[in-house]
Amino acid sequence: MNYNSPHKGMTLIVKTITRITVGLILLYGIYITLHGHVSPGGGFAGGVIIALSFIHLMLAFGKEEALRRLPKPLVSLFESLGAILFFTIAILGFVGGYFFLDWLNKGEPFKLFSAGSILLSNIAIAIKVSFGLFGIFLVLVLLKFTPKK
Amino acid sequence: MVELHILLFFMIIGAIIAIEAKDLLSAVVAVGAAGLALSIAFLVLKAPDLAITQLVVEILCLIILIRATLKVDLPFSTSGRWLFNTLAVFVFLIIFLAFGYFALKELPSFGSPIMRVSQFYLEKAKELTGATNLVGSVILNFRAYDTLGEATVLFTAVIGVMAIMRRKGRKKVTDQEEPDEL
Amino acid sequence: MITYFLCLVLFAVGLYAVLRKRNLIKIIIGIVICEYAVNLFLVLFGYRMNNRSPIYDPDQVITKMVDPLPQALVLTSIVIGLATTALVVGIAIRIYEKYGTFDITKIRKLRG
Repeated sequence: MNYNSPHKGMTLIVKTITRITVGLILLYGIYITLHGHVSPGGGFAGGVIIALSFIHLMLAFGKEEALRRLPKPLVSLFESLGAILFFTIAILGFVGGYFFLDWLNKGEPFKLFSAGSILLSNIAIAIKVSFGLFGIFLVLVLLKFTPKK
Repeated sequence: MVELHILLFFMIIGAIIAIEAKDLLSAVVAVGAAGLALSIAFLVLKAPDLAITQLVVEILCLIILIRATLKVDLPFSTSGRWLFNTLAVFVFLIIFLAFGYFALKELPSFGSPIMRVSQFYLEKAKELTGATNLVGSVILNFRAYDTLGEATVLFTAVIGVMAIMRRKGRKKVTDQEEPDEL
Repeated sequence: MITYFLCLVLFAVGLYAVLRKRNLIKIIIGIVICEYAVNLFLVLFGYRMNNRSPIYDPDQVITKMVDPLPQALVLTSIVIGLATTALVVGIAIRIYEKYGTFDITKIRKLRG
């Protein structure tokens, strides 16, 4: 595809910078999410940063390019998937006895793979928040301003 | 806590500018300044999780508000009872602030909260959950029911925006109803 | 005490915008300011003087920390506030599309 067509999106400078920075922003969001139980951050903050990286791509390249990579039904599907994933983690507590029981191995503190179900819940919440907020932005942008008067 | 007072005065001034500005775009930018000051205030109050979240949420909130203000100018017009309405609102606000002043005297003083439940979290959270970020362990382990409820509210809000903003289905209704009205 | 009162003044500024302004976007801005004030008040209430943030260090022995409970509840409240703000903006855009204005006194005519 011709990403650099001058008719869609912003200028060539913005597109070149965006192609470098958007991966870094996405990576930072994933880092914030995965390290939510040992350092400041967590699913909510990481999810909003991931949504901002998608919005960054959309603002620079125009809506057609962003919609080709992430179509609207896919965004809706992932948002529901995050909610179902979080609820599944809650239901899985019944294996040990009751709702929301953390029966996984606690592990050693200050390591990445520790703290049982908190890591899984952070990932689920990050998926839900990021695709939900990106869906809101997509819907607000796609609407055309057509006042009747 | 001088820096906290300075930040609060900055937020109040930013809020007043945002409310009284004639141009909508400058009003939205003033709200953004107040939100970034709130982020620094969270950092002063020893809440780094909240500072990160408020910083990124403020940027997204600014983008959404700017989307609403595009290509819109507001004509400033005063109705007939302008003086009466303003006086009524100010009297109400003064009564509200006076009651608030007397109610705030009964609270524990700033800097020494009552921590009956939280003391248990501070002492036992590391052994019980294995997480070293106490905020994360509270929202996803001790009080995960709350987070499930909040996730439901977020899901409902997203579904609400998508239902308000969709275009399919609305046209069918108008096509059926418009001949009746005309 | 003076800190709590300044926070209340910030809430009153937002309340003034909700009660008095006639533009819908200004009313949304007032709601956002009220939300800031409430979040800040909850976090102020859990602050302990001269203590550390609620995150463990590997070589830490003392447990004198700030109250983590209001911070955890406010963390979710911030994201919910963003979603509800987007919902209100969506309703405002629909109103503008139907009536052609943001002025709430003109919307009262029940046209269409």
